Amino acid sequence: MPSTLPEAGAAPVDGSLPETALAEVGQRPFGLYVHVPFCSVRCGYCDFNTYTASELVGTAARASYVDAVLAEIRLARRALGPHELKVQTVFLGGGTPTLLQPEELGRILTSVDHEFGLADGAEVTTESNPDSVDAAALAELREVGFNRVSFGMQSAVPHVLRVLDRTHDPLRVPLVVEWARKAGFEQVSLDLIYGTPGESAHDWQASLDAALACQPDHVSAYALIVEEGTALARQIRRREVAMTDDDDQADKYLVADAMLEQAGLSWYEVSNWARDQAARCRHNELYWTGGHWWGIGPGAHSHVGGVRWWNLKHPTAYIGRLAQQASPARAREMLDEETRRVERVLLETRLRDGLAVDVLDEAGRGRLPQLAEQGLIQQDPPAGGQVVLSTRGRLLADAVVRDLLP
Amino acid sequence: MIRNFCIIAHIDHGKSTLADRMLQLTGVLDERSARAQYLDRMDIERERGITIKSQAVRMPWTVSSGESAGSQHVLNMIDTPGHVDFTYEVSRSLEACEAAVLLVDAAQGIEAQTLANLYLALGADLQIVPVLNKIDLPSAQPDKYAAELAHIIGCEESDVLRVSAKTGVGVQDLLDEIVRQTPPPVGDANAPPRALIFDSVYDTYRGVVTYVRVVDGKLSHRDRIKMMSTGATHEMLEVGVISPEQTKAEDLGVGEVGYLITGVKEVRQSRVGDTVTSQHNGATQPLGGYQHPNPMVFAGLYPIDGDDYPTLRDALDKLQLNDAALVYEPETSGALGFGFRIGFLGLLHMEIVRERLEREFNLELISTAPNVVYDVTMEDGTRLEVTNPSEYPAGRIAEVHEPVVRATILSPGDYIGAIMELCQRKRGQLDGMDYLSVDRVELRYTMPLAEIVFDFFDQLKSRTKGYASLDYEPTGQQVSELVKVDILLQGETVDAFSAIVHRDDAYSYGVALAGKLKELIPRQQFEVPIQAAVGSRVIARETIRAIRKDVLAKCYGGDITRKRKLLEKQKEGKKRMKMVGRVEVPQEAFIAALSSDSGPGDKSKR
Repeated sequence: MPSTLPEAGAAPVDGSLPETALAEVGQRPFGLYVHVPFCSVRCGYCDFNTYTASELVGTAARASYVDAVLAEIRLARRALGPHELKVQTVFLGGGTPTLLQPEELGRILTSVDHEFGLADGAEVTTESNPDSVDAAALAELREVGFNRVSFGMQSAVPHVLRVLDRTHDPLRVPLVVEWARKAGFEQVSLDLIYGTPGESAHDWQASLDAALACQPDHVSAYALIVEEGTALARQIRRREVAMTDDDDQADKYLVADAMLEQAGLSWYEVSNWARDQAARCRHNELYWTGGHWWGIGPGAHSHVGGVRWWNLKHPTAYIGRLAQQASPARAREMLDEETRRVERVLLETRLRDGLAVDVLDEAGRGRLPQLAEQGLIQQDPPAGGQVVLSTRGRLLADAVVRDLLP
Repeated sequence: MIRNFCIIAHIDHGKSTLADRMLQLTGVLDERSARAQYLDRMDIERERGITIKSQAVRMPWTVSSGESAGSQHVLNMIDTPGHVDFTYEVSRSLEACEAAVLLVDAAQGIEAQTLANLYLALGADLQIVPVLNKIDLPSAQPDKYAAELAHIIGCEESDVLRVSAKTGVGVQDLLDEIVRQTPPPVGDANAPPRALIFDSVYDTYRGVVTYVRVVDGKLSHRDRIKMMSTGATHEMLEVGVISPEQTKAEDLGVGEVGYLITGVKEVRQSRVGDTVTSQHNGATQPLGGYQHPNPMVFAGLYPIDGDDYPTLRDALDKLQLNDAALVYEPETSGALGFGFRIGFLGLLHMEIVRERLEREFNLELISTAPNVVYDVTMEDGTRLEVTNPSEYPAGRIAEVHEPVVRATILSPGDYIGAIMELCQRKRGQLDGMDYLSVDRVELRYTMPLAEIVFDFFDQLKSRTKGYASLDYEPTGQQVSELVKVDILLQGETVDAFSAIVHRDDAYSYGVALAGKLKELIPRQQFEVPIQAAVGSRVIARETIRAIRKDVLAKCYGGDITRKRKLLEKQKEGKKRMKMVGRVEVPQEAFIAALSSDSGPGDKSKR
C-alpha cells in the first residue's frame, strides 16, 4: 500500500456510496482486500503503509486491530446494499499479514463469509514472509480457509537481501514453499525484486533459478523503485549505496521474462507471470480490469462503480473511527467517464489480454500504426481488436500509454 | 541661490537612505510619509536596491552654521542611475549638476562603478564632495577609506565628510557643505532658452514626464517647445518642480531643475541628452553631448507557451514607451518558435527588461544566450551586421570585427594573479594597473565585449571571493578570428544553440555544450547523436542512448489513483517539451544550456 495519498473530496461519515455506484454493484466481480499494517522490521526500500512494534508502542493498535477490521467488514456490507454479493477474491496484504496469528486471520475470513458469503472457488490469498511462517502455521492458514499464498522472496542472494533489509534466510524459501504445498495450498506465488543496488546479472539469474526451482504457480517480479523518504533514498543520497539503473533493470526484466517463459510461466501483466489461466491472481485482475473491491484496513484503497476512496493511514486513527461506528475513509474521488476511460487505457494496456481498440479515441487509434512500426505493440491492426504490447513495448509501457491518451 | 548636485555611489552604499534623510531634514518629506527610499519608484528597483531611472527633487535649505549661516538656498538633488549599462544617462545627469557628492561605504571602500562615475564627474568638471557613509557600522574603517578617497581625488583626508545616513549623523553638516562647495549655476537669462533633458519617464496618466535642467533663458508653460535633435515641436502642457511631488510652476529659469509635460506618449520622442528650446525665437546651437543610445547586447526572447507571442509583442510595445534604449524585431527560431530579437544597452538592462516582462506581464520566457553585434566583411567586399549567431554567414569571410570595451576592475591586491589569468583567458589586454591604497588595486583591460557578456562577471566574482568590482565602457571594435559553432541534434542544427566564439575556444565550447546537453536532454526511444560543428567539420560528439525502460514496474496494489496522477504528471512534463525534429527537448534544457550563468554588472545586492 503506497504511502502518499492523493487529494480528493471528502468521504461520507457513514461510508455510504452514491446511487450511481450502487447501481453498478453486482455487475462486476467483487473482492476484498485486507491491509495488515504491521511488520517486524521496516525494509529500507519500502514506502508502504506499515508500522513496526516500536512505532506503535503505547497504542492499542495491534490488540484492537482485528476487531476494527471486523467492524469495517460489517460497515462494508451495510454500505453495499441489501443484495447478495458473493466475494470472489480475498487478499490479505501488508505489511506482513502473517504477523497476525492464523486464528486471527481465520476470524477475518469467517466474518467475510458471514457478512457476504465466499463464492464457490473463491481465491483467498495471504502474503507472507518466509521467516514469519512455519509448517504448522501454514497448515493452520490452509485450515482457516486460505488457498493461495504469496511469499516475499525478493532475492536468493544474501548481499542483495541485506541491501533490501530482508531478514530471512534464502534457504528457507524452498522449505516454506514445500510446507505450503504439503498444507494443501492450491496456488503458491513468489515475489521477486530486481535491480537492487549491488545486484549483478549473475545474482539476478541465481534468484530466478532459485525461484523456479521451487516450481511456483505464479511469480511477480518488480523493479526496485527508490521512493522519496525511504531509508534507501537517504543511503543513495549519502552515496552509501549506488543508484538503481534503468538499463540494468531493463536487462534484468528481459532475462526474467525469458527464463520464466522458458519455465512455463507466461506474462499476463507487465510484472506478473503465471503457469496457466487458473494461476493468475484474480484479485489483482480486479484492480486492472475495473472490478469492484472494498479495501479494509488502514490506508487501504477501494473501488466500486467509478468511486475510489481510501482509508486513514494510521492504525490508531483508523481504529478510532471504527470504534465510533464511523467510516474510516479519509477521502474519495468520483471518476467521470473520461477518467474511467483513461484508467482503462492505463491499466489494460499493461495486460497480455490487452486493451480493446474501441476504448481508444480517434487520436489514440491513429497512433497504433506508428507504435506497431516502432515495435512497441504486437501488431496493427490489433489481433482480435485488442492492443497488446511487445516485449520491448512492455518496458516502455508508460510511453505507449502517454502516446495513446490525449 | 540655486545649488544643483547629484550623488555618486555604488548600489548598496546608502544613496537612497541619504536622499531620504536629506528630504526629511529639509522638511520636504515628513517622517510619517517618508517611505523608505522614496526616490526609487519602481518595485524592481526597490527590491534590488538599485536605481534605474534618475529623478530630481527640489529642497529648500537654510545654512545652519559657519560664515553664511542663515542664508537660504534651493538645493536640487539629481538622482543618477548607478549602473554600468546606463553610463550615458549618468553622464547626462552629471551635466545637469555643478557638484557631485561621492558617497562611499565606510566599511567597503570605493567600487569600480563608482570610480568610473567619479571619473565621469571629474571629466564634467564637477566639484566633488567626498563623503563616507555608514560610519555607525562596527566594521567601518573611516580612516582607511578617507585616505583612499583623498588619494583618488587629490584632497586632504580631513576634507572627507563622515556621515551615517541611517542615524542622521553628519547629514546637516553635509547639506551646509554642499551649499558652500557647489558653484552656483551660470547661464544667460536673456538668451533663447536651452534646457538639457536628463531623464524622461512614461507615466500612465500624464504621458511622458521630461526632466530638464535649464541652462539659458526661461521655459514657460505658455511656450511651444522644440526638441533640437529631431526638430520635433510640442505644445507645453505643464512645467513644474518636484518637491517631492510634481508641483506646477509658471516657468523655469536659469539653473533651475524641473519637469515638463507635453503630451508626448513615448520616451523616444523626448530623449535623454537632447536640448529643449522654444519653437519661436529658439536657440540655434544645442547643448553638446547628445548621443543616440546603441544596443550593445542582443538576445532572442521567446514565450515558453507559443500562444503568448501576441502578449509578448504588446508587452514590448508598452515597455518601449518608457525605455528609449529598447529595440526589438520579430524573429523565428526553428527550435523556439516565434519570438523577438532584442537589443539591450548591456546585461543589466537585459535582465531588467526580462524580469519586467515576466513579472508585469506574467510571461514565461526562454532567452537565448546574449551575444554582441558582429561586423562581417565577406571576401567579395559585401558587409553585414550580425546580431543573431544563426545568421552568421557560411560563405567566404574576409574579416570580422567585434566590439571591445575598456574594463576597469577594482580588487583587493591578493587576487591580482587570479584576475590576470582570467582576463588573459578572456582575450583581455592589460592597459594599466594602479594601487588605490596599500591593499586595493585598479586593473584596466581592453577586452572583447563578447567575453564579458559570456560569463566574465561570475568568474571574476568567484575568483575573488566576491570582492572584485567591474565596470566597462565600449571603446570600439577589433578584428578577431571568430567562428560559428553549431549544435546538431540527430543531424539537425538547433539554431538557438549556435554561438560565435573565438577560433581557439571553439573546441572547448563545443565539448562543453554537447556534454551539457547530454545531461539535460532525457533519453528518447531512439539514439540521439549530439554534435558540435564549425561549418561542416564536427568538433565534438556525444550520444544520448535510447531509453529502454519507461514503465512503472512496481506493485501499486489497489491505489490506481496514484498511478493515474503519475501519468498526469508525466504528460504535464511532455507538454513542456519542444520538438526539435523528432527529439523532445525539455524547456529546462534550453534554459540551462543557454544560460552562461553570467549576470549583469553587479549582483552583490541580490
